[in-house]
Amino acid sequence: MQRLQSKQALEDLHQHLQAAREKTERYISVCTGTGCLANGAGEVLEALRREIDSAGLDVDVKAAGAGLIRGTGCHGFCGQGPLVVIFPEKIFYQRVKPKDAASIVKKTLVNGEVVNRLLYKDPNTGEPILHEHEIPYYKGQKRLLMSANGHIDPKSIEDYIAIGGYQALAKALTEMQPAAIIKEVTDAGLRGRGGAGFPTGWKWADAAKHESKVKYLVCNADEGDPGAYMDRSLLEGNPHSVIEGMIIGAWAVGATKGYIYVRKEYPLAMDNATKAIKDATAMGLLGDDILGTGFSFNIEIARGGGAFVAGESSALMASIMGQAAEPRSKYIHATQSGLYNKPTVLNNVETWANVPLIIKNGADWYAGIGTKTSKGTKIFSLVGDVKDTGLVEVPMGATLREVIFDIGGGIANDRKFKAVQTGGPSGGVLPESMLDMPIDFDNLAEVGSMMGSGGMIVMDEHTCMVDVARYYIEFLSRESCGKCTPCREGLRQMLDILTRITRGDATMDDLALLEELAVVVKEASLCGLGQTAPNPVLSTLKYFREEYEAHILEKRCPAGVCTELIHYEVIPEACTGCYLCKVRCPVEAIEGKPKEIHKIDQSKCIKCGVCMDVCRYDAIKVE
Amino acid sequence: MATLKKDPAQEVTRVLERYNRNPARMNEILQDLQDVFRYLPREVLQEVARQTHAPINRIYHIATFYKAFHLEPRGETVITVCTGTACHVRGSYRTLDMLSERLGIPAGGTTKDMKYTLDTVGCVGACALGPLVIVNGKYTGHVTAEKVDKLLKEIGANATASE
Ligand SMILES: Cc1cc2nc3c(=O)[nH]c(=O)nc-3n(C[C@H](O)[C@H](O)[C@H](O)COP(=O)(O)O)c2cc1C
Ligand code: FES
Repeated sequence: MQRLQSKQALEDLHQHLQAAREKTERYISVCTGTGCLANGAGEVLEALRREIDSAGLDVDVKAAGAGLIRGTGCHGFCGQGPLVVIFPEKIFYQRVKPKDAASIVKKTLVNGEVVNRLLYKDPNTGEPILHEHEIPYYKGQKRLLMSANGHIDPKSIEDYIAIGGYQALAKALTEMQPAAIIKEVTDAGLRGRGGAGFPTGWKWADAAKHESKVKYLVCNADEGDPGAYMDRSLLEGNPHSVIEGMIIGAWAVGATKGYIYVRKEYPLAMDNATKAIKDATAMGLLGDDILGTGFSFNIEIARGGGAFVAGESSALMASIMGQAAEPRSKYIHATQSGLYNKPTVLNNVETWANVPLIIKNGADWYAGIGTKTSKGTKIFSLVGDVKDTGLVEVPMGATLREVIFDIGGGIANDRKFKAVQTGGPSGGVLPESMLDMPIDFDNLAEVGSMMGSGGMIVMDEHTCMVDVARYYIEFLSRESCGKCTPCREGLRQMLDILTRITRGDATMDDLALLEELAVVVKEASLCGLGQTAPNPVLSTLKYFREEYEAHILEKRCPAGVCTELIHYEVIPEACTGCYLCKVRCPVEAIEGKPKEIHKIDQSKCIKCGVCMDVCRYDAIKVE
Repeated sequence: MATLKKDPAQEVTRVLERYNRNPARMNEILQDLQDVFRYLPREVLQEVARQTHAPINRIYHIATFYKAFHLEPRGETVITVCTGTACHVRGSYRTLDMLSERLGIPAGGTTKDMKYTLDTVGCVGACALGPLVIVNGKYTGHVTAEKVDKLLKEIGANATASE
């Protein structure tokens, strides 16, 4: 790899690589993000490679300096994977199996025909859709951060440079003073994407103000929210964009060393980021004397050990220093004394990835996207009971309805929308009446939830709100580091009460105590974990109080979830005696002869719900 | 307790050298040691303390703090159920209950014959496939009760392991 000595050298390389790419405008992009890999995308990629080789197609393209096939990062449409997109037309194939490779190569690449069975069908009209950009899921999005994922091989720094990568860095280093960069980021209105939405420019300005020979930058890729994975997809699919953001930040605040803190469960993100650091260093875009400007900055990867609280900024810094990830009180800001007692700027992956965009396109452009107080786009992981799941990037101010119904296609299995949970374990659960609220930091906080890292979990009518609250409190009480009493003991008591409610063993006094405890934990905890932990309880109580009361007063779980309060029954009028449930029941709890009405032996039943899942006549009900 | 197949002193030295004996990398050092032994045996932790001159309680503090570490031996096959939120609302708790029933062990437990460990994880970022079960690193998505039995059959666990 050749070292780039100047801005001009980067520009020349970009021109050269871009020209090479344009010559080979035909290429196939295969999503190899974690979701698609889990669905078999690795085998699809191999099969396509083999077919292309045996058809002798790759020869011309290779001569032009590029491969015909590209394994890319996550495209975001994870529910339909493995995904294959054929450029330049952007023909979109979904749920591709290795055995489809032959038809894709023979029909589409050689003969220019479409393989109809692989096309995506509009979930509401059933119409097949040919191009990626015509699919409602993508059409409603504004993919500033995510779009490059589909075009570049995350392991190739050349790919990133070809699409204009590192130009923002070159501009920052050669044309902008540190103060000007901080002003640009402040004027753009960028707010942190990892939690509370703190203005990034302010944080940087504070760190810049403190004199110190050594300053640190940290990229928070711990992503502890169970149900969110946008940070992983960015780091995995476009690691250079995060690194470029960090180097610009380092120049702005005068930092010398940076860390990317990645959780152990994200091995691919770790590999791709490691390779990206190595390549950027080899090309003189990172390390000593970056682009010949005299500025030096290094980045190292730190591996997390899987603890939710490790994502909290002070705990994360403790973890990097080789200690247990316990938070500390923040009367002194990290921007003054953080990692190894040096001024430290810590930002989330997505925050860092926004920085090159702002520097390249300017604060005015960026501030033109979004709402009054929240600028730019936000990536959400749209998951749960929604038709089309995956990562969705929308401008701030899009409504929940647009995201869930226009982009996500609405609720799966013809069921009804009940609630949506945002903000992860620290967030809240919002009911249908909030669907038309524009999503931004402040609106979400106002209604008792938060943006958090961008998890958006859609729940249908079969979800029990008490169970959801219990689920989060159980998670948080397990993850509480135990350092402060309100969080450690308070959450344990809250969990105990919630568990009793789900078992039908609680009284209305317990409910009052639960609310009281929630307030104490919120007010008195040491760090953000405890301070936000009661949100799932408070928000479900606010919007779904009658469900708590049904569990307590009527010993009934209206959604049919809490196992202690439900039982399955055969509806005699609907049962055809088809035998299926009897065969499938894992504990042989169903009796009945063929063509006769079946019966469930409640003493054997383990309430696994298989009978209900398999019944073709809707003859099983849950009470 | 079974004797260790690999020599703690040797392995600890090797891993410590990899990180220049830098105590700030303790998290990674322990992770790498766990990759070697599949859990963190007491002898190994003692050896780490001895070689780094760190108090043993500091090593245990870290080894018990992070969920990635296991202080008990693990089964040959590890079956992990994702209990992340997205998987939970799609019913992963039922999957977990069923596996627990079938294997006769609670979540986190290992069968007596050391063949199977049932574990949970909070989101691996494949939420679109939920509910999700991971068997020795291989993902199976959209798991139903039927798929559970199929999976168990594939790994040779018969449904009556508990009896
Ligand atoms: C319990 C807890 C867990 C957190 N987990 C994460 C996380 O996984 N990723 C993240 O970026 N921020 C997380 N945060 C927020 C961080 O403390 C911090 O505010 C954020 O990373 C700052 O970056 P930003 O300003 O770019 O958002 C967490 C906070 C708390 C209290
Ligand atoms: S919640 Fe199971 S993979 Fe995310």
